[in-house]
Amino acid sequence: MTDAIFAHRDLLGIQGLHPPEIGHLLDLADGQVDQCRGLDKASDAMAGRTVINLFFENSTRTRTSFELAAKRQGAEVINMQVSTSSVAKGETLIDTAVTLNAMHPDVLVVRHPESGAVKLLAEKVNCAVVNGGDGSHEHPTQALLDALTIRRRRGRLDGLRVAICGDILHSRVARSNIILLTTMGAEVRLIGPNTLVPRAFEDMGVQVFTNMREGLTDCDIVMMLRLQTERMRGNFIPSVREYFRFFGLDRDKLSRAKPDALIMHPGPMNRGVEIDSDVADDFERSVIREQVEMGVAVRMAVLDLLARNLDSMRRNQPFGGRGGV
Amino acid sequence: MAINTPGRIAYVNARLLDPASGLDAMGGLLTEGEHIVHFAPGLFADGAPVGAQVVDCDGACLAPGLVDMRTQLREPGQEHKESFKSAGRAAVAGGITSMVGLPNTNPVIDDEAAVEFVARRARLIGLAKVFTYAAATKGLEGRELAEIGLLREAGALAFTDGVKAIADAQVMRRLLSYAASHDLLVIQHPEEPSLASGVMNASEMSTRLGLRGIPREAEIILLERDMRLVAMTRGRYHAAHVSTAEGVDIIRKAKAAGLRVTCDTAPFYFALNELEVGDYRTFAKLSPPLRSEADRQAIVAGLADGTIDVVASDHCPQDQDTKRLPFNLAEFGGIGLETLLAVTLKLTQSGPLSLLQALDLVTRRPADLLGLEAGRLRTGAPADLVIFDPEAPWKVVADTMRSKSKNSPFDGHLVQGKVIRTVVDGRTVFPETAR
Repeated sequence: MTDAIFAHRDLLGIQGLHPPEIGHLLDLADGQVDQCRGLDKASDAMAGRTVINLFFENSTRTRTSFELAAKRQGAEVINMQVSTSSVAKGETLIDTAVTLNAMHPDVLVVRHPESGAVKLLAEKVNCAVVNGGDGSHEHPTQALLDALTIRRRRGRLDGLRVAICGDILHSRVARSNIILLTTMGAEVRLIGPNTLVPRAFEDMGVQVFTNMREGLTDCDIVMMLRLQTERMRGNFIPSVREYFRFFGLDRDKLSRAKPDALIMHPGPMNRGVEIDSDVADDFERSVIREQVEMGVAVRMAVLDLLARNLDSMRRNQPFGGRGGV
Repeated sequence: MAINTPGRIAYVNARLLDPASGLDAMGGLLTEGEHIVHFAPGLFADGAPVGAQVVDCDGACLAPGLVDMRTQLREPGQEHKESFKSAGRAAVAGGITSMVGLPNTNPVIDDEAAVEFVARRARLIGLAKVFTYAAATKGLEGRELAEIGLLREAGALAFTDGVKAIADAQVMRRLLSYAASHDLLVIQHPEEPSLASGVMNASEMSTRLGLRGIPREAEIILLERDMRLVAMTRGRYHAAHVSTAEGVDIIRKAKAAGLRVTCDTAPFYFALNELEVGDYRTFAKLSPPLRSEADRQAIVAGLADGTIDVVASDHCPQDQDTKRLPFNLAEFGGIGLETLLAVTLKLTQSGPLSLLQALDLVTRRPADLLGLEAGRLRTGAPADLVIFDPEAPWKVVADTMRSKSKNSPFDGHLVQGKVIRTVVDGRTVFPETAR
């Protein structure tokens, strides 16, 4: 049966989801947290299901998290790491999609270095597709796990003041978080140099700050992002040293936020680049490890939900999906 | 292919349209052999002349065949994307009787033999007339001037580096200066390359989609620079596919200042905007990129006030392998031969232009700009004609188009204006069955 609230075949992004749908996913994930903290972590909710982790980009954390989320619910899991160094990257993408689809998986978890690639792939298959991160576009399960972490700590999302700091331009995590948090009624601030936080973001309903001290003032949540040097072409910042001086999170800058402000980071951290070790390891404030735990719970909820939705969705959607380019 | 010279053909019951003379009246037209021998309002109202074959236009428009001054024909070198033959079929289905190809083929058209190859191959096919530009710089590398004087003698109509900008200011200065001494036209793809590493218009939308943007300033900066160089060298300069409001403004001011500057745009830029990209639709990945709605409206205004001289299809065939990719990796470009007339007529249906004004943009203006004997109804001129119904609606279905490549940004769009018959040198070349 299709879920009464979340009636989608895929989770390709946060864009387009309504507050009740996001709230519902978070509720389901909340339930999974208890399951994971119990002695018997295993369930058979996804017994007989096949989940394929199709990663066109190196990843250990996200892949492991999805793998564990599927296995804890009794699903078969296959991990595929596809090199994108070959010339015909896109051809590989569609060919791979068609090939895997013929093996009748239930859920495909896809990560790809190009924005929009996961959607392109989703059009060619008739299983459920979860976007595990596409280029600089979206990373919906990361935004959901961040939201779950915040909601469990603060009891709500609406009305909170959240600062997202650093390399917003190249960050899919930032985009998904901006959409989710503004949709759920939080106040979002972006902090970074203009080269990494273009003013166009203001059209997405957020405030942009180039001075970190000003931007952090009275924030409830401080989300740090990794500086994605691998996606940068050309001079976005003069040096890592200079970046840390103005946009690295240290005690001094953090003092402008609320005294109980939570510190978050999607990992992997570059200590001494965007965050001081002293802050990252602060037991009282840093919820970075908790984010990892919530990641498994959120992915369990998403995989289980999409697998349950799938049967009725398959009937509605003939092979080949929506087709076209 | 050699076809018998046609005899006398009388086109009766036609709405004669000639933008050059302003003629818009019911009448008839007579061709003999390859030429127009007579046309006039009211002609043949009392019956066709004895001995002539009669084509009853049934009240449809009869106009000069379209002249498309910017196409990529992909031959030689990329015949899997398009060929003279497939492009010719598409062109005549779109009412185009003359078209000009860019030199970015493989090999590049930068020597006389290549120019002659195009002329010879295209003549054999006998559909729309094919002309070519030649490279402005050797190998399109933007460094050394090609032999543009000799290339002109071989038949090249103008000089351009195709889809690449002539970026080096000194090279552009020398090119304009040298070309001016032979009174030759330089055509620029106005986009500063160092700002154009993106894949769509830089905007809120590109930010949201996580796609690298090409700022409008890429076009603005290069056009502004080029205007300085044109003023300095007194060269003849044509800016291709202008896409921004400021770009139109720069050309408007340059013309007012008396510079020898012209420009064109493609139907994409007055009929579509960046929203067409939607969810990573690669058919809407164009160069220059589709811009904002405000830019689109400024392009329409530029067409209405005459700042923009010409509408060209900017036909750019790309096969599935280069379009069915993640947006960032897909090639730029859209096909446009078959939709040129219908989309240009949008300027009359939902825009400010009259039918004659719209036709002028795709007939007399490009022909005059390039010095072609085409684009007007004139006794003694080659009988290159199009008969069309300006109201007839149809739906663009990319898969059924005649180009080898199907990458039409207008796929699925509803348009009005249907070509009924296309005549080149007195012979009907479209529809295929009438040949």
